[in-house]
Amino acid sequence: MTQLLEVDNLGKRFGGFVALENISLAVRPGECVGLIGPNGSGKSTLVNCICGTLHNEAGSVHFDGHLLDGSTAHQRTRRGLARTFQLPRPFASLCLLDNVRIPLLYTVEARGARRSAPDIEARCLDLLREVGLEGKALQLPRDLTQVEMRKLELARAMAAEPKLLIADESMAGLTHSEVEEILGLLKRLNGQGVTIILIEHIMSAVMSFSQRLVVLVSGRKIADGEPNEVVRNPEVERAYLGQ
Amino acid sequence: MRSDRFLLICLLVGGAVFAGAIALGNDYYFFAGYVVLQYVVLSTAWNILGGYCGYVNFGSAAFFALGAYSTIAIHKLYPMPIPVLLIFGGVVSGVVGFAMGYLTLRLRGAFFAIATLALAVVLQTLIVNWDFVGGSRGAYIVRPEAIAPFGSYIRYLFLIMMLLAVGAITVARLIERSRLGYGFATIRDDELAAEASGVPTLRLKLIATTISGALMGMAGAPFPYYISFLQPSSAFSLDYAVNSIAMPLIGGTTSWVGPLIGAVLLGSLQQIATVTISSAVNLLIVGFLLVGFVMVAPNGIVGLFHKYIQHRPVGQVGQVGRRRIAADAPGSVSGPVSGPAP
Repeated sequence: MTQLLEVDNLGKRFGGFVALENISLAVRPGECVGLIGPNGSGKSTLVNCICGTLHNEAGSVHFDGHLLDGSTAHQRTRRGLARTFQLPRPFASLCLLDNVRIPLLYTVEARGARRSAPDIEARCLDLLREVGLEGKALQLPRDLTQVEMRKLELARAMAAEPKLLIADESMAGLTHSEVEEILGLLKRLNGQGVTIILIEHIMSAVMSFSQRLVVLVSGRKIADGEPNEVVRNPEVERAYLGQ
Repeated sequence: MRSDRFLLICLLVGGAVFAGAIALGNDYYFFAGYVVLQYVVLSTAWNILGGYCGYVNFGSAAFFALGAYSTIAIHKLYPMPIPVLLIFGGVVSGVVGFAMGYLTLRLRGAFFAIATLALAVVLQTLIVNWDFVGGSRGAYIVRPEAIAPFGSYIRYLFLIMMLLAVGAITVARLIERSRLGYGFATIRDDELAAEASGVPTLRLKLIATTISGALMGMAGAPFPYYISFLQPSSAFSLDYAVNSIAMPLIGGTTSWVGPLIGAVLLGSLQQIATVTISSAVNLLIVGFLLVGFVMVAPNGIVGLFHKYIQHRPVGQVGQVGRRRIAADAPGSVSGPVSGPAP
């Protein structure tokens, strides 16, 4: 099957520090991939390189058959590559409705799908309803709780109508029930055909969600495979799980 | 309100102000009013980049001076009517604004502000050493005493600046309520998140620097006719840089109405102080007001007004949103569902 995302021998340095070294990764359409690794292993750097926030010095990234190297972050988003941030980054001066409106205006319309203003607004409200925030549509992000902030990030990413969503620690700092809520949202999204890469430290969430697990340590990929096999991998146990 | 209706109302208000000034029967009001209107244009232009996008421009005086000196240059080559000079001034300053935006694409915060300040210093040095436009000696433009059908020439200049102010406000309001305005707001809030949402931040920043620069240049274009003798120290005066920042900050930066309120309030105060106390206290007034507003009302008069009517978001919600929220989640919305745009 054709891969949706193909990362080939990706390399990234910050001065003398090697953040990523020869990372290769392929993700099929519709797949749920978990990406784990200790702090500083290069997970977020990899996401930033894939999404265009950082530029890789070596290797290449193909998405949906297109070479992404050299393209900007917004161009990648318009191709269908969305992300959430480790620390939520809402548009603080815009209400929730407008936060979700932005990707619809700038991503979906850029793909040629012209919609009337009422249609856009109706779609924004649908998205907010999907994540349970419709009742707060006119509030500013500062009024939200931590879990609501995470949901807003997801709603905004969903508004871009992505083919691939990279959720960067979307459950960090949440309670068990809140983690279940976010997991439910991600599963529902995957059920709608969106491919998902989940970066997470909460192993129970990663294990229940992922069809495949990729492990990074010190900027290198040390394992890639079926989750239960990967966690039994001695190198993974030694480097990440501490057993 | 639709933009054409808004423009019509602005023109009617402008016409009323013009008629009122004529009724007062003293040309001084036109001299003073011209300065206030000039600040309306400058502060509105500054706010497009500084308020909407969050990029603080300390080089307003440079764009203003470019407009003024393009008038001097064209006047020496081939005198033209002021409306044509406005276009030239706007184009020159717009091109410089675009270039500044391009050269500072990756600068943010204090670094961008310093770069704009550097632009003003570089341009002033160039003008001081350019003899064709008068250099450090300055340049004269002999203003006609009268022009039909306005009577005195200052009335004509006032009317032109009034139309320019109406145009600038209409442009700012159009931007604010458009896709572009939403894009600018995301740049102000978080550029990384904006890019991740598909917003072409670099392109929008270029659009903002160009529009802002062009409007400032247009404000400067009639200035040589107003002042008659233009020299670098008057065209690049600190007053323009300080006022064009202070006025939107005092009025409020998130809406087109903020710079208008700030410019009318502060500009009028300065004009009153000039005739009642001394022109030297102008910047002192600005300083005191700015410190006061930063401490008491950091979001300006518009922010105070919003706070007064109640705590509500600044976002736009159209009819569909209002209806559906009201129908689906009664009582769950924190504030009123109608109000000004972001």
